[in-house]
Amino acid sequence: MGNVIGIGASPKRKEDQRFLTGRGNYVSDIKRPGMTAGVFVRSPHGHAVLRGIDKSAALASPGVIAVLTGEDVAADKLGSLPCGWGISDAKGVPMKEPPFPMLAQGKVRFVGDMVAFVIAETPGQANAAAELLTVDYEVLPSVVGVLEAVRPGAPQLFDDVPNNICCDWELGDKAAVETAFRKAAHVAKLSLVNNRLIGNPIEPRAAIAEYEPGTDRFTLWTTSQFPHVVRFLMGALVLNIPQHKLRVVAPDVGGGFGVKQFHYGEEAVITWAAKRVMRPIKWVASRSEGYVSDRHGRDHVTEAELALDEHGKFLAFRVNTLANMGGYLSTFGPNIPTNLYGPLLGGVYTTPAIYCNVKVVFTNTVPVDAYRGAGRPEATFVLERIVDVAASEMGIDRVEIRRRNMIPKEAYPYQTPVLVQYDSGDPMGCLDGALVAADVKNFGVRKAASASKGKFRGLGYSTYVEACGLAPSRFAGRLGARGGLYESATVRVHPTGQVTVMIGTHNHGQGHETTFAQIVSEKLGVSFENVDIVFGDTDRVQFGMGTYGSRSLVVGGAALSKATDKVIAKGKKIAAHLLEAAEVDIQFEAGNFSVAGTDRIKSFEEIAGAAYVPHNYPLEVLEPGLEEQAYYDPVNFTYPGGCHIAEVEVDPETGTVTLVNYTAVDDVGTVINPMIVEGQLHGGIVQGVGQALFENAVYDEGSGQLLSGSLMDYCMPRADHMPMMKVATHSTLCTHTPMGVKGCGEVGTIGSPAAVINAVVDALAHLGVTHVDMPATPNRIWRLLQNASLPVAAE
Amino acid sequence: MQISFTLNGRPTTVDVEPATLVAELLREQLNLTGTHIGCDTSQCGACVVHLDGLPVKSCTLLAPALDGATLLTIEGLQGAPGSNQMHPMQEAFREHHGLQCGFCTPGMLMTAIALATGKPDLTEADVRHGLEGNICRCTGYQNIVVSVLAGAAAMNAAKGE
Repeated sequence: MGNVIGIGASPKRKEDQRFLTGRGNYVSDIKRPGMTAGVFVRSPHGHAVLRGIDKSAALASPGVIAVLTGEDVAADKLGSLPCGWGISDAKGVPMKEPPFPMLAQGKVRFVGDMVAFVIAETPGQANAAAELLTVDYEVLPSVVGVLEAVRPGAPQLFDDVPNNICCDWELGDKAAVETAFRKAAHVAKLSLVNNRLIGNPIEPRAAIAEYEPGTDRFTLWTTSQFPHVVRFLMGALVLNIPQHKLRVVAPDVGGGFGVKQFHYGEEAVITWAAKRVMRPIKWVASRSEGYVSDRHGRDHVTEAELALDEHGKFLAFRVNTLANMGGYLSTFGPNIPTNLYGPLLGGVYTTPAIYCNVKVVFTNTVPVDAYRGAGRPEATFVLERIVDVAASEMGIDRVEIRRRNMIPKEAYPYQTPVLVQYDSGDPMGCLDGALVAADVKNFGVRKAASASKGKFRGLGYSTYVEACGLAPSRFAGRLGARGGLYESATVRVHPTGQVTVMIGTHNHGQGHETTFAQIVSEKLGVSFENVDIVFGDTDRVQFGMGTYGSRSLVVGGAALSKATDKVIAKGKKIAAHLLEAAEVDIQFEAGNFSVAGTDRIKSFEEIAGAAYVPHNYPLEVLEPGLEEQAYYDPVNFTYPGGCHIAEVEVDPETGTVTLVNYTAVDDVGTVINPMIVEGQLHGGIVQGVGQALFENAVYDEGSGQLLSGSLMDYCMPRADHMPMMKVATHSTLCTHTPMGVKGCGEVGTIGSPAAVINAVVDALAHLGVTHVDMPATPNRIWRLLQNASLPVAAE
Repeated sequence: MQISFTLNGRPTTVDVEPATLVAELLREQLNLTGTHIGCDTSQCGACVVHLDGLPVKSCTLLAPALDGATLLTIEGLQGAPGSNQMHPMQEAFREHHGLQCGFCTPGMLMTAIALATGKPDLTEADVRHGLEGNICRCTGYQNIVVSVLAGAAAMNAAKGE
């Protein structure tokens, strides 16, 4: 037994050495012999008929190898980009699902829609040729907002999608909700916008494709969170390439946040083109190109009503949302504002009746899909905002109203009225912990100190619960998933006892190489240094659904745990033979197999050696080798939850909101590596703070131009926007995952927007402000202050 | 055109197109891919290198500007000369989990080292302000700030010996 580093320890990360020394291997770092450069020509119009493309000047340009358009795609009879979810309306009518060609055909539907792919010897030559492509557009009016898109007379994106409505989805008992509203002592109402976001992983998307005629095999290197899913969707449904002839590699990937968990048209075009030109092709997006092609997130307009009795007890919750899908359905698009939104509207409360209607709407904007949190931040924002509105209107303290409605710890497992059943949780414990950690009792002192400087100080609370660990396939299938959502892991024990794990999740910052090695080290008793984790290559890893929805540890870690159990089980059989004992008498502990009650013992290394050098080995009952594989499909989602408390200071002179304190107490179940979990919480929180205070993707109605089209126009959180955050965990164990884990990747982003906005509203409440839409920019706050009924000076 | 400069301590002469950006020269011609390109508006800072000891965004600098200059990239960082050690700032980032996906990391490190050089009294506010030109989407900056303060202390302690 060597240096076991197990569950609960915080070893330094295995992956750091290469990143710290500039030796990461990102797609844009890769060069292939004979490599050419590809550039996409994108629509400058939000909505237009594509009347024709004249390639001649581009083809004659120096170094140009090929120019491909939608006509070439159609001539090769290639498939449409598939949507992985098929939702239906209340009557069971399936969503409208217009084709999403990888290069536009007939029409373009958003600024950035791809119309051609130019391949040349160098990027400079490809760019120069792209400028020479003549595209004849008949420009049509664009519609970019959901309210505008469903109005009569609005521009129609598709002939067969009336009013641009993809699906009129609903969830919950509408009649029960109406009955409860009739009995209510008070009804709180709130209209809000959940602002559109751009994910902005710092590594822009990129791809390299290569075709080997000798073996008839394709290889695609791509910045993806789920290479096996890309292989399946692209190979089987778009390009008709047999799975065994297609290798997809996602090497080091510089952040994902959802943006890289879709099958993009660029991947299909470049792979198809690589065979046509018989040369490897590389495409690397610029940041500006990413803004008009990376899938966006959020973008809801919502009307919500909460019915309460005279004591502030929630009776019913009704939510009507218009959700923007953009110009086409992306891989998970319609699932996000429906299945990952409606079922979370119960939050941590005992609200007995909930009804949610979501109209999923096409507009002339980049397709909208999952972005960190995906549906759950939107649900949390609606609920936690309206709870504050109700508390204020009824004159009940904001913490008190939450306590009165919280699901008590003893009531778990708790069946909500909106499908999901929470297995475990302790919202009150998280709230109590956060109140102490945030030093709420001295808030008044701090508020007075701010006032003495002419600043308004506010405190905001948000509790939340989310569903993650995506996902139980059976449950997801009922909701419209067209694939499974299990995960797989192979544990390969080498003859000398070291271990290589092949796992279907993808590490792009989450520290899997460390966390998963800790699990193996603990379970098998092998040295942490002697475990390597392999991911991101369909030729090396058996299969997998990738990384998103806080699923890697929950689902992938469970598969890994199962596979190590199988290794131990086989090891016991080998040990029983070698130690001449019955298998039932073999115990495995701390890296040793022994006969119970005796000193007869074999180390893990000895068993591994025997498995591969089977001179004295039970060949008649056991195969040589020590390698086991497991697939794991969860029985339920996991339900992390928690309480976040934000404290802000507003400068009435400028409208600037400064986040001065931030406290989070999260229940993420078992924590494998506390250092990594804290890092995930920090990053998640700041993304939510970004939504609340800075980030906004803005389109121009009519032209469909993206006004926030670069890092100059889209405000990202920076180091000096943040105070030191206090994060802590208050864990209850998940009852159905093997290690009790719940997942932690998205919780920060889910809890934080409501906490921050509730704090901003609290700071301005004395001026009669009851709601502030995100982002709470200085401009927006300053205008609110100018319109406020009371004098601005904070005397 | 031909330019000569000192790259990570070694005299280097290359032929470049005059319109080549330093970041492109490093990545495409010299195969030093540790310097990353994360944007096209000089906002993200993933491409920061040291030109004559000062941090610059190499995506905004034309290669001819290197002629006669001294350039340090992430690949040229090291601890004690002749050892396999990392630079104290690199060690601090590892120790304090100052990175996640690693893409912004080389630029962060180069900025951080420039920020900390000769500044034994660096404060949290200095660090947050000094990192204004570097965007990280993963860490929420907290552990980066902690790392830079620790790295700065280690650098200046080493100097003081």
